[in-house]
Amino acid sequence: MKVVEGLKYSKDHEWVKVEGGIATIGVSDFAQQQLTDVVFVELPEKGKQAEQGKTMGVIESVKSVSDVFAPVSGEIIEVNTKLSDSPELINNDPYGEGWIAKVKIKDKAELDSLLGHEEYAKTCESH
Amino acid sequence: MKLIFEKSVAGRKAIEFDTEVPLVNGILDEGMRRTKLGLPEVSEIDVIRHYTALSRRNFCVDNGFYPLGSCTMKYNPKINEDMSRLSGFNMLHPLNLDNQGALQLMHELSSDLCEITGLSAFTLQPAAGAHGELTGLMIIRKYFSGKNRTKIVTPDSSHGTNPASATMCGFTTVTIKSNSHGLVDLEELKANLDPSVAAVMLTIPNTLGLFEKDILEISKIVHDNGSLLYMDGANMNALLGIARPGDMGVDVMHINLHKTFATPHGCGGPGAGPVGVKEFLKDYLPNPGIDLDGGVYGFIDHPKSIGKVRAFYGNFGVMVKAYTYIKSIGGSGLREVTENAVLNANYMKEMLKKDFDLAHDTVCKHEFVLSDTGMPNGVTTNDIAKRLLDYGYHPPTIYFPLIVHGAIMIEPNETESKDTMDEFISVMKKIKQEAVSDPDLVKSAPNTTVVKKLDAVKAAREPVLKFVL
Amino acid sequence: MNFIPSTEAEKKLLLKEIGIGSVNGLFKDIPQSVLVKELEISKPLTEMQVKDKLTSMSMKNNVCFKSFLGAGSYNHFIPSVVNHIVSRSEFYTAYTPYQPEISQGILQAIFEYQSMICSLTGQDVTNASMYDGASAMAEACIMASSISRKKEIVILKSVHPDYLKVVKTYCDAYSLDVKEVDEVEFSSETAAVVVQSPDFFGRIHDCSKVKEKVGDVLLVWGVVEPTSLFILKEPSLADIVVGEGHSFGNAMNFGGPYLGIMATKDRYKRLLPGRIVGQTVDTDGKTGYILTLQAREQHIRREKACSNICSNEALCALAATVYLSYLGKSGENLGDVCLQKAHYLYSKLLSKGFSPVFDAPFYNEFVVKVDNAKVVLDKLKQKGFILGVLLEKYYPEMKDCVLVCATEMNSKEDIDAMVGSL
Repeated sequence: MKVVEGLKYSKDHEWVKVEGGIATIGVSDFAQQQLTDVVFVELPEKGKQAEQGKTMGVIESVKSVSDVFAPVSGEIIEVNTKLSDSPELINNDPYGEGWIAKVKIKDKAELDSLLGHEEYAKTCESH
Repeated sequence: MKLIFEKSVAGRKAIEFDTEVPLVNGILDEGMRRTKLGLPEVSEIDVIRHYTALSRRNFCVDNGFYPLGSCTMKYNPKINEDMSRLSGFNMLHPLNLDNQGALQLMHELSSDLCEITGLSAFTLQPAAGAHGELTGLMIIRKYFSGKNRTKIVTPDSSHGTNPASATMCGFTTVTIKSNSHGLVDLEELKANLDPSVAAVMLTIPNTLGLFEKDILEISKIVHDNGSLLYMDGANMNALLGIARPGDMGVDVMHINLHKTFATPHGCGGPGAGPVGVKEFLKDYLPNPGIDLDGGVYGFIDHPKSIGKVRAFYGNFGVMVKAYTYIKSIGGSGLREVTENAVLNANYMKEMLKKDFDLAHDTVCKHEFVLSDTGMPNGVTTNDIAKRLLDYGYHPPTIYFPLIVHGAIMIEPNETESKDTMDEFISVMKKIKQEAVSDPDLVKSAPNTTVVKKLDAVKAAREPVLKFVL
Repeated sequence: MNFIPSTEAEKKLLLKEIGIGSVNGLFKDIPQSVLVKELEISKPLTEMQVKDKLTSMSMKNNVCFKSFLGAGSYNHFIPSVVNHIVSRSEFYTAYTPYQPEISQGILQAIFEYQSMICSLTGQDVTNASMYDGASAMAEACIMASSISRKKEIVILKSVHPDYLKVVKTYCDAYSLDVKEVDEVEFSSETAAVVVQSPDFFGRIHDCSKVKEKVGDVLLVWGVVEPTSLFILKEPSLADIVVGEGHSFGNAMNFGGPYLGIMATKDRYKRLLPGRIVGQTVDTDGKTGYILTLQAREQHIRREKACSNICSNEALCALAATVYLSYLGKSGENLGDVCLQKAHYLYSKLLSKGFSPVFDAPFYNEFVVKVDNAKVVLDKLKQKGFILGVLLEKYYPEMKDCVLVCATEMNSKEDIDAMVGSL
């Protein structure tokens, strides 16, 4: 199981990469393993407001469904439309091509509530 | 196997109809007519051969043991089928008023269900168990209208239809954890009851096959809170003639005629999910009800009715089969059904618990749940299920309830003999041995079926949902 | 007869293995106070007795009338082939095809059913069937609300009254507003407009015209007499097509089991309730069929599922599949026979002094008016004919109006005899 350094993580297994006020969001390697083969991703709508801790999308595998919870609040400025045709990108490259959405961060303080990579790795081990 | 469309030959025909009356042209404007009808062109023998061949690619109760937990795959007596096909029943138009036989049958079936469950009134309208749940919850919703009771409490062992039905009635679902015995945790229940709870939904016995021994206390706690007790009757085969939900404090319940009352499952339907209620909820039942007045049966409307949940009166053809079954086995037979169903389940549980991890080692009712904990060489529940196919069995229900790891839920039912159960038990033991000695054989199963393991991921990622002409 | 094979001796063996003395020991976890002594249910009957009992009950229903009843249940010819196939116990005694390797028979048949329904309705995807047409219509309203995130359902009053009641019941529970209207209308709050065609009075509506009018508002199209689809233009412009499919090879059965048809556009497939069969391959690359897109359903999504529906009416769908295969292109022939006979009957009734009520094209059902309609119907019944349904019961303003239907089952001879006896 891979946990990438330099990213922030939520307890719900989303990762956040912060670059100049923009947060790129995806789900962790641990999450994609738990989900098994992803067959469909319900993407958030561009232009809508994401709210920390609230559902922003849905990931379906054959036998399960998981909500994607927004790790930070803000306007959704871009979504990864490639996932519509290639949901397997989440399995193949969760931290890269499998990213889900980009959010314009509303309140940087929210990032403090997220976990660092070491802390997150520990949470996964306890599962 | 080819699709019927791929067997189509232009110009081939199986049937014709005679217009008889003088033809009038131009009744419909050309723009109103369709230009092509995408149906196959085949002969009668093509149709018969095709669907007979398909039937041979289907496992069924009539060709083998079907220990599918919570589904009660009992034998479907043939007389029931014949009775439902009597022309006086199956040729009867729902608006034909010369219907006294049909109404009598429905009225008597309702009365028998009342007697069996200890409830006061039944509607036969719901077409399935989940449809019954929906109807029952609609009744509860209407009963509490304006009272701000918006929540349904249900244990984590419940059927997925329970929370889904609650959502369709605008309720939110609160899931409570079962205790270490697999039963409702009274403290957890109390902690989750407040004036916003409309009802607690329980399956009795629950999906682990266990009876809620604290049912009377549960019922008291629920009622003291001003809430109602709903029972999912999917597992009623464990209670016939033994104990009645109404006597336990259940206010509303549904029954699955296709489980408990031996009507066939038909590859997934039609079933029927009658709903029974206590006297104080009678006025909320769907319309129409059936009444006997001065020796004549007739339809009546309930004053506070929720309305209707389907057209006409319900799956009448299924009711005929269930009624025939009840009349065949009688009151004494109902009790024998449950006694034998529970006896068989406990026997299989005892015989299998030495080789498989038993989720809860206690007396069960009509079914019990094993887990894949401790299976050697990474053999999973799914592998065991698929290997059972190679031995000619339908596997038990798997991965349900969700609270048991790799659940294997076994329900033998009363219509199976000791010989049949012993053969199945020995095959299960053999699979356990194979898991030790030749795990790849188990993991690669099935190998004897007409198709091998199907690619479910491909099916969902690139859905092909119809034949394209 | 109780259909239990175990002998007393065998039961003793089982008890011994379990390690208890009597069956009562298996029920000790049930509180004593609720144990039942004896159920007041009649004594068991032999197979012969039960057959006699049911046969005489069935004979208390009179099915010998020459009937012109329609109104949501249609008397069509069921070719022998259909019952021979659905009576195969491989089909009727099987469960839901959750184990695809040993259920290819029904899975492939349902895939064929889906293909036929898509073709008949002009839609992209359909499920494996719903409980009946009315509940399918109600589910379509909820689905439309999920798609549009709006809460108002506009439904034409010409929809079958039972269907209207079911829609209202479901929508009430789901907190959607139902607005009954005479003519198509909508607002910015409208989730869907619901139209039935042919409607309850038999009138054919033009799907493309209605869709043009409602624009982006979702159009739910109801088809209660599906044999009309054999000759009428498919409602491909509708967003969701629902209907009653019992006319396809399923008997009238006093109103059920019937077959709920539900089809929609490809873009809405993940919000379609119910089971869906998809084509895939096995580990050897061989084509096979499997239940798919299951993440929509209650057993996975629980409270967030599209619907609580779990089962379908698989055997009825199988009957429909066999029926539609058997009819093939002769479906058009059947549709025309119904159309011609209904119009023949209509003109005969007009010639006997009945008056027309609507001036709209119809398929096999129509409304006529006659003075003292109830008396006329009662007299006909004494002569062995049921002319139709008195509409006053449903619509008080439609006094003396009768809804009449003709299908291929009404011979010219019967039509002439009925009209002759007026």
